[in-house]
Amino acid sequence: MMDVKTGLFYVFSAVLLGSAFRVITTRNPVHAVLFLVLAFFQASMIWMLLKVEFLALSLVLVYVGAVMVLFLFVVMMLDVKQDSLREGFWKHFPLAAVVGVLIILEMSAVLMGGFRVSEEPAAVPVVGQVVTEVSNTRELGKLLYTQYLYPLEVAAAILLLAMIAAIALTLRQRKDVKALDPGEQVRVKSADRMKVVKMSATQPYQAIEPVEPTSKENQA
Amino acid sequence: MTLTLGHFLSLGAMLFALSVIGIYLNRKNLIVLLMAIELMLLAVNTNFVAFSHYLGDLNGQIFVFFILTVAAAESAIGLAILVVLFRNRSTINVDELNSLKG
Repeated sequence: MMDVKTGLFYVFSAVLLGSAFRVITTRNPVHAVLFLVLAFFQASMIWMLLKVEFLALSLVLVYVGAVMVLFLFVVMMLDVKQDSLREGFWKHFPLAAVVGVLIILEMSAVLMGGFRVSEEPAAVPVVGQVVTEVSNTRELGKLLYTQYLYPLEVAAAILLLAMIAAIALTLRQRKDVKALDPGEQVRVKSADRMKVVKMSATQPYQAIEPVEPTSKENQA
Repeated sequence: MTLTLGHFLSLGAMLFALSVIGIYLNRKNLIVLLMAIELMLLAVNTNFVAFSHYLGDLNGQIFVFFILTVAAAESAIGLAILVVLFRNRSTINVDELNSLKG
């Protein structure tokens, strides 16, 4: 007799594996990204079954909200011709299937044999005390900001590095537009704007000849 | 029949195997390769989370947190490289990226 949790686990796993299969076999990369989003949602639900709320939610927020949208942008931005990319797809299929089935069988044999740990052995009930529900996020935060403070800062540095690297990689200077360069505008000094030319004041004197009145009347 | 650790580890193994198959099949398409790598990381993270739950040790979840961070950075840089590559070569076919003669 299965309880509800087990049933949910099987449903989520089936959808997860199905969508993962569609990710690797679908013809259209946009569909692949959308199936990947579905896979991440199912994985998040499975993590919820394991009471890992914070990571499940951050998986949805970080992956579905940021990384998958980035994937979607890139897939839609690149005009990729699919046919040349898929040649040899079915040629490799038997080998790939053999390798995959081998991995699944071996790992499942080992894992199902060795890790039939019953439900939650670690949740030792405290005798004679009201068991308060501990928040997963709170516990994780406590650990993250005390014991793992330096790794957390390293992670932040890695994210900053990734941001700078991604911008630096894709930034390009366009030559064909006439745009203002604000940096150059700020950096400009008064000496660059106006040039004072020193000249010697000694020019040879030339007497201005009087204009003849006849030409003036002609002009008027 | 209740859920055991073996269930979750088997699920992770299947997901990992599927993504290995995906790398075999789509060895020409860089985008799908990146997606298969994301699926692999998801399988590994599921293993971490399952162990963390069944052993009652929060350190596994911390590890998943850092893996998520690094994976986000990796995919951001990977996609940036992909965009630059497509801009320069106008293809993402792995077979045609042989200018280094590797």
